[in-house]
Amino acid sequence: MAQRLRQLSPSPGGLAAGLLVLLILGTLAAVATHAGGLSALGPWDWRAVWFTLWQAALSATVSAVLAVPVARALARRRFGGRALLITLLGAPFILPVIVAVMGLVSVFGRNGLVNDLLGAFGLAPLSIYGWQGVILAHVFFNLPLSVRMILHGWQAIPTERFRLAASLGFGPGDIARHLERPMLREVLPGAWLAVFLVCLTSFAVALALGGGPGATTVELAIYQAFRFDFDMGKAATLALVQVGLCVAALALASRVSRPAGFGAGLDRDTPLPAPAGWRRGADAGAILLAAGFLLVPMLAVILQGAPGLAGLPGAVWAAAGRSVVMALISAMAALALALALAQVIAGGRAWAELAGMLPLVASPLVLGTGLYLLLRPLVSPTALALPVTVAINAVMALPFALRILIPAARSLQADYGRLADSLGLRGLARLRLLTLPRLARPLGFAGGLSAALAMGDLGVITLFADSRNPTLPLKLYQLMNSYRMGDAAACAVLLMAISFALFWLFDRGGRIHAAL
Amino acid sequence: MRHALLALLASTTPALAAGPEFTVYAPEYFASEWGPGPKIEAGFEAICDCDLVFVTGDVLPRILLEGEGTKADAVIGLSMDQTLRARDSGLFAPHVQDISGLTMPLTWDDPIFLPFNWSETAFIYDETRLADPPHSFHELIEAPDDLKIVIQDPRSSVSGLALLMWMREVFGSEGNAEAWEKLKPKILTVTQGWSEAYGMFTEGEADMVLSFTTSPAYHIGAEDDATKHAAIFEEGHYLLAELAAQVKTSDQPELAQKFMEYILSPDFQGMIAEANWSYPSKLPDDRLPDYFAALPRPAITLWLPEDEAEALRKPLLDEWLSVFAN
Repeated sequence: MAQRLRQLSPSPGGLAAGLLVLLILGTLAAVATHAGGLSALGPWDWRAVWFTLWQAALSATVSAVLAVPVARALARRRFGGRALLITLLGAPFILPVIVAVMGLVSVFGRNGLVNDLLGAFGLAPLSIYGWQGVILAHVFFNLPLSVRMILHGWQAIPTERFRLAASLGFGPGDIARHLERPMLREVLPGAWLAVFLVCLTSFAVALALGGGPGATTVELAIYQAFRFDFDMGKAATLALVQVGLCVAALALASRVSRPAGFGAGLDRDTPLPAPAGWRRGADAGAILLAAGFLLVPMLAVILQGAPGLAGLPGAVWAAAGRSVVMALISAMAALALALALAQVIAGGRAWAELAGMLPLVASPLVLGTGLYLLLRPLVSPTALALPVTVAINAVMALPFALRILIPAARSLQADYGRLADSLGLRGLARLRLLTLPRLARPLGFAGGLSAALAMGDLGVITLFADSRNPTLPLKLYQLMNSYRMGDAAACAVLLMAISFALFWLFDRGGRIHAAL
Repeated sequence: MRHALLALLASTTPALAAGPEFTVYAPEYFASEWGPGPKIEAGFEAICDCDLVFVTGDVLPRILLEGEGTKADAVIGLSMDQTLRARDSGLFAPHVQDISGLTMPLTWDDPIFLPFNWSETAFIYDETRLADPPHSFHELIEAPDDLKIVIQDPRSSVSGLALLMWMREVFGSEGNAEAWEKLKPKILTVTQGWSEAYGMFTEGEADMVLSFTTSPAYHIGAEDDATKHAAIFEEGHYLLAELAAQVKTSDQPELAQKFMEYILSPDFQGMIAEANWSYPSKLPDDRLPDYFAALPRPAITLWLPEDEAEALRKPLLDEWLSVFAN
């Protein structure tokens, strides 16, 4: 009875979910109202919807399939520099799109490393331009996310279960059947969904590597409606299509996902069983291939830009300082929101999960325009530029933070919820004694991801930009648009370094705290 | 956390300048220290007794959203494909400037939109990588398919859209689709904006990039690199100008007039070449930097009036999309 009463009263998480729905659908409605209704889509728009859908599904599937062996290898092998490698492998996800594309081109492009090697052996060159380039880039971006989410799944299996398996004489095949596959059944749909949704709204990548307008995504169609046709009704319709795809994908993923039900363990840090023989070689291969694929393009970006770092003008450094402050605030806001939401979702309210995923598919352009229409009668948009950027970045990072926290919050609820309830542990004490320590690791990862994402995001500069107080990504954009490609490359390295430092600090903090 | 918030607030306090605020909407690239904005701001504030504030973003969509309630006194940086919709909105007032002495390769007689710089679309190449560039558009489309070019998407980029018009003018309504079919295998990729495409070219990924006849000036003037050239085509090149206009509802029409006047002044015009890497709209060649004046120029300038360009936009886009669809 008490349980039910508590569910009916408004909780911070429920409130946060409500606000999110209001923000995403409210801005969409504002744009549609301004346009006097929704407009119909043409045949090219439907083509864009179709391309968006299949490339996102394929990118997500490839990322998930490749991530499983890498995550398993990282989970069961111990080697020097393992922790650093895990952190480094997360880096591509936080790269600004244009920087990553440049890195990929210098490795897989016409004059790239791979084609030079192929040429040396007399083999035909590969082309990165076309749908395969789009998938390659999306896997490059999202493999890190998938690996980390699946790795957390492996780490969440209590080591007692592996010890039990060992005492029952389980071989690797039995462990896979009884422990690993149930875990994957729980974790993979979420990981797939996250990548699918990221790829759904991708637009610059698809275009730069797509090789032509065949690789048009819905988001580009929205941009065209906004910039060239000034057809806000069409922009709103397309944004609605994206939201619809999100809801459908979420429903699908939640049908496939099954809780593994391992129960609680004693948190002993015993390493997982590491089978010898060919599996050892396969694990080493998976780690090496993933590291090469993810790190070499980043190295290319660094080599290109690092020499120019010292020569960057002072304004770039000032922008960097401003961006760090904004990223920290965004990350804190995203974490607070995500924690509140994750607990509500773990408590069994599925609609809150949908609300938390919505920002992923919200078109930044429509969100920005809607906010602009709603806020402009009240305050000057220029004065709001920085706060709106901070808030939007927090909201945009929220789905990732949430995807990381939900599985952990669910096990926490299942394993310790009743005990904590029977002890009357609630409010701040529960947060301090139970929630924060148990969730420290995913919280650190989620915070790092949010900060890094906020650091690299341009925000909605088409309507909310404060040119007197530019952020670092805006500086990068301005440099590129003034022919200063060399300075832009240096600026990209700076952006990458700061994003990575923020990510590392949070992630590290979470792991140290978890070890206590 | 609180300190962080304070720091953020402190950093948003605008710089103090004397006089009333004069608001000009401009594109994002404009107001950075590498664009023309800061010089224009200093120059105008020296004579206007006002505080010129650039508000940056997507100029026309923004002002169309705001309608008559806009706070803008003037706009700068509209592109030529936008003038029809801007004119139809009725939000802009005549510039009332004498535009008989403009130094542009066409007669400009628009009473509302005032050009402040111009250039022409062109494919840029690097002589160290492409020794024998095409001399005409026909040569380009007949070139071997391993000549790789990067262009911008006409649905998201002004220069990409200009390429549609340019080819239509060169090949006519009959031959245009076929010309695109021949060009298609040479197109390495189509980027969202100019900067990604240009970056791919400077990286050495593509042999030629769709840019402007004035692009080589940046490499000569700022990098001392004379290896980048615009391939000049005998059929002519498509003109692109950037425009300014004063807003009808401005409560400071005198200042707006003064700003229009300032745009055509030698002070403003003199800084355009090296701040915007394009030709100023009213400046004799002998006032340009020598290397700038010496850039090769096309013999023929192509250009479509706004109503013709707007009427062609959708059919040309459909044609372009169809060529790439199969």
